[in-house]
Amino acid sequence: MPGAGCQSGVSLRHGADTGAGVELWPVDNAIEANALGKRYGRRWALADCALTVPAGQVVGLVGPNGAGKTTLLELVVGLLRPTTGTITVRQRAGFVAQGAPIYGDLSVADHLRMGRALNKHWDGGLAHRRLEEAGLDPRQRAGRLSGGQRAQLALALAVAKRPGLLVLDEPAANLDPLARREFLDSVAQAVTTSAEGTTVVFSSHLVADLERTCGYLILLAGAQVRLAGPVDALLAGSAHSQSLDDLVVSHLREVAQ
Amino acid sequence: MIWFAWRRARAQITIVAAAVLAVAAVAFAVGRADSTLRLWLSVLVVVLPGLLGAFWGAPLVAGELESGSYRLAWTQDVSRIRWLMLRLALSGLAAMAVAGLASWLVTWWAGPLDRADLNQFGSFDARNIVAAGYAAFALALGVLLGILLRRTVPAMAATLVVFTASRLAFRQLARPRLLPPVIRALALDPSTTGYGSSGFLPLMPAPSLQPAAPNLPNSWITSIAIVNGKGDTLTSSELAGTCPDIGHGGGAASGSGHVRAPQSVVSATHDCVARIAATYHEVVTYQPADRYWPLQWCELGISLAVALLLAAACAWRLRKIG
Repeated sequence: MPGAGCQSGVSLRHGADTGAGVELWPVDNAIEANALGKRYGRRWALADCALTVPAGQVVGLVGPNGAGKTTLLELVVGLLRPTTGTITVRQRAGFVAQGAPIYGDLSVADHLRMGRALNKHWDGGLAHRRLEEAGLDPRQRAGRLSGGQRAQLALALAVAKRPGLLVLDEPAANLDPLARREFLDSVAQAVTTSAEGTTVVFSSHLVADLERTCGYLILLAGAQVRLAGPVDALLAGSAHSQSLDDLVVSHLREVAQ
Repeated sequence: MIWFAWRRARAQITIVAAAVLAVAAVAFAVGRADSTLRLWLSVLVVVLPGLLGAFWGAPLVAGELESGSYRLAWTQDVSRIRWLMLRLALSGLAAMAVAGLASWLVTWWAGPLDRADLNQFGSFDARNIVAAGYAAFALALGVLLGILLRRTVPAMAATLVVFTASRLAFRQLARPRLLPPVIRALALDPSTTGYGSSGFLPLMPAPSLQPAAPNLPNSWITSIAIVNGKGDTLTSSELAGTCPDIGHGGGAASGSGHVRAPQSVVSATHDCVARIAATYHEVVTYQPADRYWPLQWCELGISLAVALLLAAACAWRLRKIG
């Protein structure tokens, strides 16, 4: 655990902001974290974390509940400030927060207008298409949407920014199985239709959610990064694991011991 | 972004503005015969800024933190500081407009009564422009307390408490000193000076002389003192020494209201005041009538300056969230 006074005066930079929402030059790494730590009171939610996320990857962030996934993602999008260390984000981020927060008293259409008003780059046509596909009525009050529709709205808002880095924090949690499947399909579609070089970071405590789409895996447990790398390489390097699930479970068992 | 700030605030602005206009319409329809209506309208103008601070200001950030929607709002391209500043500016201007409208309507409605009263400072807080400044102050205060406490209901309560306390403190301590008062010396007039008792009644009754207020229409008399040539104020022991009989023998029993004192008591008091007046005179400290508008502007300016300082504090604290 990093002690008090360890690397104070850290900086949080969100780099490569081109202003137009388009990366002018390709970046190697979307996210670089060094000795990154976040403390709440006396508890370290994330401790001494070193991490590099290559740009253009679809990254699955897995770990048990309370492992620090939300903390890491909120550090990435700038909602949280690190207690120790640095985090550098080189692509403009779009974010779907846990529970897909929206404004209950605004309509779906108001949310899209908000997206246009609050962002430098906004693809309104894309947002409308996504909502149409998800079957959302623009006139409906967002507070009356089902959990699945809410998640679809939040995803449409994040995607229509045309971000270089799309960050999704447990977006499928609390969805019923059908809505969950539909939502994961939407995410997969967002990934395939996004611009070249777009990085997607997607957290879940269910490995099955990630298996279909992710090419890169980060395993968080006990406030630390336990495993990070391309899925193929991780599987090839492990003699006993046939699937991503096996790999994750065997690592979590090690941590528990 | 301005559209968004307006969209978030428009329902509450519309409701309060409509309520103010409705109250004004009722007041004009009822007319000016009912004297309690004038008091209630003045109370409305005085409390409205505090309510705006509590109901508009406190939830502005605290509500977002409580519902979690800050995670949507602060992850757009607009920085959270800019987001706050635009929402604060819009709500602050709306609060000033609504409180200013209420104050202007009440000033208009009560105009004939106020002019007949010749006591413009008596309704200083509830007329003209000061309420708009207080609305800006209350709103920024509410937002700051919402950021500090991070919960809507405690922030609303704290806003009402801090706003009320600072209003009272300003009114009692600061306003009389904003502009140097005029000090006037007058001879003690035995025919208009009465006898009274001040101090921590009824434990320590301290006899004192009570000169009638001098005729200074529309002025604000902050103190009337009885002093001698050396500048010492008349003490109750000195009064009792000069007039040992004062306060005895008749007068009204306590709680009986206005009862005419017996002629013997009146003449004894007259003689006493005449003896005191040989060495003592009356000193009146007051703000003359033409200080009304300078004081209104001064108080508006101070309120706005404090509101801007609070807004800067909001931005500084908001940066630290997370």
